[in-house]
Amino acid sequence: MTSKRILLICRKAPYGNALARETAEIALAAGAFDQELAIAFIGDGVWQLLDQQDSADIQQKNHQKLLSAFELYGISESYAESAALAERNIDHSRLSLAAKPVNQQQLADLFEQADILLTV
Amino acid sequence: MILHTVNQSPFNNQSFADCLKFCRKGSSILLIEDGVYAGKKGTEYSALIESNNNINFYALAVDVKARGLTEDLSPAISLISDREFVDLTVTHKSVQSWF
Amino acid sequence: MRFSLMILGAPYSSQSVATALRFTQAAIDAGHSFHRVFFYHDGVNSGNALITPPQDENNIPQQWQSLADKHGIDLVVCIASALKRGVLDKKEAERYEQTNHNLNNGFTISGLGQLVDASIESDRLITFGP
Repeated sequence: MTSKRILLICRKAPYGNALARETAEIALAAGAFDQELAIAFIGDGVWQLLDQQDSADIQQKNHQKLLSAFELYGISESYAESAALAERNIDHSRLSLAAKPVNQQQLADLFEQADILLTV
Repeated sequence: MILHTVNQSPFNNQSFADCLKFCRKGSSILLIEDGVYAGKKGTEYSALIESNNNINFYALAVDVKARGLTEDLSPAISLISDREFVDLTVTHKSVQSWF
Repeated sequence: MRFSLMILGAPYSSQSVATALRFTQAAIDAGHSFHRVFFYHDGVNSGNALITPPQDENNIPQQWQSLADKHGIDLVVCIASALKRGVLDKKEAERYEQTNHNLNNGFTISGLGQLVDASIESDRLITFGP
């Protein structure tokens, strides 16, 4: 099997729509393949990274907990759009995942470097 | 270079704005479905399209026609067929969908 | 060139499914081939055999099935997305003790690995957003 670099792009906030959860599930599935995998949280996707999520009362699985499984699956390369964090007044100390803050230019580079772009 | 597709109206969705943020010069943006509303002449979005003259802008002709915009699209946008959509996916190294 | 698609939108709710069908036909007409179409999120409804559109509208599950029959395209609905949206094949219906099953002919139910595999094994993976 050829090795390709996959960039998974998360642009959706969790809970309101299933897309955020389903993107994370793609990441976990891709983690089982021996491919280079990176995840970028941009726009509203950065809401996924907040700590202190407690979704028990809305009858949904905890998204923060799902993201915490990334490391277990060997997914260590993750990025967060700096401008999106700033626009939403999200302090880095509130990020549950060690996503590296990156600017637009760096994100555009990541897009170009990937062989496969997967957005959900 | 990347082919970006946008399928949401910029008047109620961030997809077009986000796409422009991460789009490199020399790459291409294809407006499909409700994404074609970004090309309406005389709006802030078509002005953005006209000012980004280092990006190639396309719109799917069938979607433009369906929405009554054929005569009303910014001249900075090339109308293309389904077949040309396929050709664009071949000539670009990957496709990024914004929705 | 060999394509795979990921379809996220529900037929008749989102135009994206019709766009993806037209894209598939145009690519085949241009001499390209398809490895797999992976239906995820609300896209799994394209595999529902019970979809009954009015006579003056296209039958989307049948259009997929006909493209797959003619051109050997692997149509896969994601198992996790499908079961919770009520799209089941015979085997899954039996496993979960459901009395009915409704997966259209030409489609199979499988896991997300099939999406990752499609992205690796194809020259292009194109996502059609909802």
